[in-house]
Amino acid sequence: MPDLATVDMYAPAFWLPPLWAFVLGAAVTLYVVLDGFTLGLGILFPLSPEEERRDVMMNSVAPFWDGNGTWLVLGGGGLFVAFPKAYAIIMPALYLPIITMLLALVFRGVAFEFRWVAKPHHRKWDFAFAWGSIVATFMQGVILGGLLQGVAIKGGAFSGGPLDWLTPFPIAVGIILVFGYALLGATWLVMKTEGEIAEAARYQALAALPVVIGGMALVSLWTPYALPRIAERWFTWPNIAYLAPVPVLTALVALVCWRSLQSRRDTLPFVSAISLFLLGLTGLVISNAPYLVPPSMTVWDAAADANSQMFSIIGVAIMLPVVLGYTAFVYWTFRGKVRIGEGYH
Amino acid sequence: MDVDALLLARIQFAFTVAFHIIFPSFTIGLAAFIATLLVRWRMTGEEHLHRLARFWTKIFAVSFAMGVVSGIVLSYQIGTNWSRFSEVVGNVMGPLLGYEVLTAFFLEATFLGIMLFGWNRVTPALHVTAAVLVAIGTSLSAFWILAANSWMHTPQGHEMRGGIAYAVDWWAIIFNPSFPYRFAHMFTAAYLTTSLVVLAVGARYLMQRRYLEEARTMVRMGLGMVAVLAPLQLVIGDLHGLNTAKYQPAKIAAMEAHWDGSKPADLVLFAIPNEKTGRNDYEIKAPIPGLASYVITHDFNGKFKGLNDFSPEDRPPVKPVFFAFRTMVGIGMLMIGIGLVGAVLWMRGQVFAARWYLRPVQHCWPLGFIAILAGWWVTETGRQPWIAHGILRTADAASPLAFWVVATSLALFVAVYTVVFSIGIYYINALIEKGPGGKAAATPSALPSRPLSAAGSAMQPGE
Repeated sequence: MPDLATVDMYAPAFWLPPLWAFVLGAAVTLYVVLDGFTLGLGILFPLSPEEERRDVMMNSVAPFWDGNGTWLVLGGGGLFVAFPKAYAIIMPALYLPIITMLLALVFRGVAFEFRWVAKPHHRKWDFAFAWGSIVATFMQGVILGGLLQGVAIKGGAFSGGPLDWLTPFPIAVGIILVFGYALLGATWLVMKTEGEIAEAARYQALAALPVVIGGMALVSLWTPYALPRIAERWFTWPNIAYLAPVPVLTALVALVCWRSLQSRRDTLPFVSAISLFLLGLTGLVISNAPYLVPPSMTVWDAAADANSQMFSIIGVAIMLPVVLGYTAFVYWTFRGKVRIGEGYH
Repeated sequence: MDVDALLLARIQFAFTVAFHIIFPSFTIGLAAFIATLLVRWRMTGEEHLHRLARFWTKIFAVSFAMGVVSGIVLSYQIGTNWSRFSEVVGNVMGPLLGYEVLTAFFLEATFLGIMLFGWNRVTPALHVTAAVLVAIGTSLSAFWILAANSWMHTPQGHEMRGGIAYAVDWWAIIFNPSFPYRFAHMFTAAYLTTSLVVLAVGARYLMQRRYLEEARTMVRMGLGMVAVLAPLQLVIGDLHGLNTAKYQPAKIAAMEAHWDGSKPADLVLFAIPNEKTGRNDYEIKAPIPGLASYVITHDFNGKFKGLNDFSPEDRPPVKPVFFAFRTMVGIGMLMIGIGLVGAVLWMRGQVFAARWYLRPVQHCWPLGFIAILAGWWVTETGRQPWIAHGILRTADAASPLAFWVVATSLALFVAVYTVVFSIGIYYINALIEKGPGGKAAATPSALPSRPLSAAGSAMQPGE
């Protein structure tokens, strides 16, 4: 980390890495929200065995899933683009969870298309969709947990073992994330469907929400307990005053989500579930900034050459608004409720 | 990383890339084909063009999904298995891949939604635009990935400091010496591959006496492209070869199994290159002396470096490069033949009835894929022992992973890809066997809620 007393604040090498970290954070956030609800549908699949319900669940996201998944490529690719040194450490360190996640996403992704072609012999692709989603989500949680608990680095390279991530905390985060994505998926269905499907989704969301809140509380307590640097960040004066709004807001948003589900609102549950995720991710950033690979590699340590970061951030500045614009356009095009036996015509 | 783990990592990358490359090289051409069909349909109002577009869109959706999921794997695998490579060339390669994601992946993946499901949801003009944007997205993707790949073959525009590559001139990096040739060669190959598939499907329906109107359109469009592109590809390939001879002479020597650089080279038609003795066993040469020299230098007495001019640790493995090159060129010649014979039959007005021609042609759909894989094998194996030519050796590029870890992932990849993608290809074949359907053959009950079912929405127009 540069010494704030002596650093040239206007030098690109100083401000580009945090800017890129913000872009990368935005990409990961969009991935978590957009593919999160998509994966959530797969997690909820086993709870809705009826074929026509499953058709509607898949139809509700069919036009979007390719684009949603692309944020994962920007997440992984962006890490390579902007922080190749972190990419070169995180990927080997979390090798097995990452490979397993990718293979699970293969099953989940092809199921979107194969399921329709295979009908009436589509059961195996229902299975692939559900378990692909569950395993991919669990592994994403394990990856996050493994990163939070820290990665062993020596001489700029990963120096730990292949199973360093296999400890209770990453496993717990994996399980929590499965419930988290299920909440996103269920609230998406509340918004995008009607009748029995929406009704069932409402109850599924109400069941998932307490687990998600409990999980977030667990992570919020465990990380400062196990990692002094995080405790110091949150629980010293005046930080505690500045940061208190984050947990307070989280509790409020959780309440809004709960009440809106009970009072039969359509859109508010999904919006508040997304807000929960945004607050959770904000908390993680507060805990770990400026580290990209906790506990030792900062965004400046990991950054690509300033010339490279500059060249690529220009592309981001031009293209990301365009991408967000046409993504919004496609969601708007396929707005409204999806009904049984209808799909998009 | 020990040597065996390195070998497994290389096999894993080769395996996952080889599977992946099949799908984009098909969808690049197919997106353009579908966009063309839709534009023609809008201009002429001919319904069979609409049916064809819908039919190929279903196949596109299945292929694209397989391309996407296998592509996500690759964007991570550079880091999981080649972390030293990521560190050393990340400053240069990273932004190129970043631009690919930003300009191409999002474009194709997002507008695919409208292309697949927007038939009755958006105006026809917008739907056609979406199809064109998907086609543009697939092409842009090829542009950036080939710029990055070409830079690994002919790097320039960078400087090395402390063992790490730093970008100096982005224009020089993107338009590095082999990029224009590689891009033209690969892009033409993708269009050629799709054209052969379209031609083969048309021939198949003509042989089966089904969907005659659609079949004739497919044969005309597929054959027209093959007849033009196959000979053009020979010219582009030759130019690419001249470029390789200039920048990667060891690769050319391996392609031609040319050992002794002090004499003009004859063209070796077949041989078993022997790396121990430094010569070819069982060699069969073309009867024209100096033909290989002519191909490489455009002079029968021209000289180019032989394998013996390179020390053994700087040579690529000869046999795989030599045989893969012959496979690619052999298939290329076959394609030229298919195009030439077809064109003559077409001019005589006999192509739709020439069953002796259509019978073999209906089975020629894999040719383009095999040629692409063989060509990719030539260029990537021919670059060895370098992963980035002159910058980093493959042996120094891998991640610090244990043998059993890479062995596990490789076994998983082989198992999953073999099952999933075999089934995918089976489904594509089933879709082709079922055919474009017409309004008469519509079976709305088959796919009740599948929006892109041509039959379904033909029966329920609008909302």
